[in-house]
Amino acid sequence: MRALTWHGKHDVRVDTVPDPEILNPRDAIIRITSTAICGSDLHLYDGYIPTMKPGDILGHEFMGEVVETGPRSTLKEGQRVVVPFVIACGQCFFCEKHQFSACANSNPADNQDLGRELYGHGMTALFGYSHLTGGYPGGQAEYVRVPYSDTGPIVIPDGLEDEKVLFLSDILPTGWMAADNCDIEQGDTVAVWGCGPVGLFAVQSAFKLGAHKVIAIDHFPNRLELAARFGAETLNFEESNTYEALMEMTGGMGPDACIDAVGLESHGMFLDNAMDQIKASTFLGTDRGHALRQLITACRKGGKVSLPGVYGGFLDKFPIGALMEKGLQVKSGQTHVQHYQDDLLRMIGEGELDTTFLISHRMALEDGPEGYVKFKNDQNECTKVVLKPGQIPAA
Amino acid sequence: MSDPRTDDAPATSETGVSGHTETINRPREAVYAFFRNFSNLAPVLHNVQAIEVKDETTSHWKVSGPDGTYEWDSKIVEDEENCRIAWVSTEGSDVKHEGVVTFRDAPPGRGTWITADIRYEPPYGMVGKAVAKLFQKEPSIQVRRDLKRLKALLEAGEIPTSSPPNPEPAS
Ligand SMILES: NC(=O)c1ccc[n+]([C@@H]2O[C@H](COP(=O)([O-])OP(=O)(O)OC[C@H]3O[C@@H](n4cnc5c(N)ncnc54)[C@H](O)[C@@H]3O)[C@@H](O)[C@H]2O)c1
Ligand SMILES: [Zn+2]
Ligand SMILES: [Zn+2]
Repeated sequence: MRALTWHGKHDVRVDTVPDPEILNPRDAIIRITSTAICGSDLHLYDGYIPTMKPGDILGHEFMGEVVETGPRSTLKEGQRVVVPFVIACGQCFFCEKHQFSACANSNPADNQDLGRELYGHGMTALFGYSHLTGGYPGGQAEYVRVPYSDTGPIVIPDGLEDEKVLFLSDILPTGWMAADNCDIEQGDTVAVWGCGPVGLFAVQSAFKLGAHKVIAIDHFPNRLELAARFGAETLNFEESNTYEALMEMTGGMGPDACIDAVGLESHGMFLDNAMDQIKASTFLGTDRGHALRQLITACRKGGKVSLPGVYGGFLDKFPIGALMEKGLQVKSGQTHVQHYQDDLLRMIGEGELDTTFLISHRMALEDGPEGYVKFKNDQNECTKVVLKPGQIPAA
Repeated sequence: MSDPRTDDAPATSETGVSGHTETINRPREAVYAFFRNFSNLAPVLHNVQAIEVKDETTSHWKVSGPDGTYEWDSKIVEDEENCRIAWVSTEGSDVKHEGVVTFRDAPPGRGTWITADIRYEPPYGMVGKAVAKLFQKEPSIQVRRDLKRLKALLEAGEIPTSSPPNPEPAS
């Protein structure tokens, strides 16, 4: 089959690779009909995530048709399914608590050692996201093997086209969980750093969950414009002093909840970012954390900090004093997709959530490498790339 | 050497394998019963190809190494139902092998705590050869991985894998 593979920093290619096979009783094989490029894929593309190997198949946002099932799969051939990017067994302590992204069993034992070294615990498996998280081939491909297919994939009813439901795989539940983690109360203002796909879904979700006001922060006018369409007030961090503006927009209190939908590649010519980048490029490796530092400083006393943005290592000058002295509560993590997907599918079906506004580019799988270049370098215009394995490539 | 210890942490040492503990989300009886049937353990234990149960206490082990397969018989020397199993390779085996597992109730609602201590020693005079390396390579890491595979098999019904089986023995 054809698949988009990683070969190094800023080097992804579409290669011919062996077709996936059923390896375990609960597996299924899916023929992919739509698959997206995520902001998380850019962290791989930019070489920030360790334990990638040349030839690894990328992609963790995908859906398709069931073509083969293992003896313990409950799926049926021909069903259309969206697959959560988090691989979870459904039966361990964590899965029973619905902390699916902490599943103890999905990551093969040999791949858990590094997580134990880095973070104290082995990581849960994700599709197409380095060997730290299992080394599972991803879904930017014609076919993919899906473990635990009896619990993860969600079957899509007829009549809901791919583009409406594809984002149930990751960014919609991620934006929703980011807002859910803010425990929004009446009158609350939620500030969202980053108006990429995750931030934009967080904006929409925060309103659905009862936010009085949402303030969206970015520096790309087109992305800010999309946030404004959902009713957010916008703040361009290149044009305004973010901290001062936020104080003014919240009656001097600061936002009740702050969402970091930026992650470890924070943009901007800020001194702290520059220092982080110099250290990273000289192998003193820290994540780039301007947005995170700023949001902790801006958050109101006793407020909530929600971190869907991905971090992988360490951060210097972390404002631990502000966090403690102001009594902030922090919630974070890879998304517990399986916990949210049923409700979100229902809301999509009932037309309560807009899931297609985001897609700016539809391309053939063969044109995937160009999709990465666009999504990385033209963030203003390019808000989401969906790859279609069946589509004829552009000449 | 015999300093009184000031904490409850498990002892670790350079030469011996310290016991390693894992929580398995199944009742203690079920975990014990699964383990007691050694023929269940081959897919779980590092480099073990097959374990054939010969009688109530004896089993025959086949283990792959870089330069061939090693075989021996093991005998269960302690068996306390739902609590503890210990075994050793029989006298004259190529490889001196012994293991102890204990089973305890985890905190309420969390299943079983299993602690394992599994050692392989190359036969006298073979230290330094490939077989010695195989059996002594970071044994505590191997035990940790063995228990994770056991946990996955008992909780999720299968051992996770992200790639088709490799025909070469793992080193
Ligand atoms: N927790 C999860 O399960 C999960 C799932 C998906 C994505 N993510 C992570 O969420 C983050 C966002 O993903 P995305 O797909 O939206 O990515 P993206 O790269 O498209 O969007 C990031 C946005 O942040 C903006 N930004 C950069 N620096 C900023 C700053 N200093 N202040 C304000 N905005 C700034 C960028 O301009 C961009 O629009 C990434 O880190 C991604 O890895 C996490
Ligand atoms: Zn993603
Ligand atoms: Zn699990």
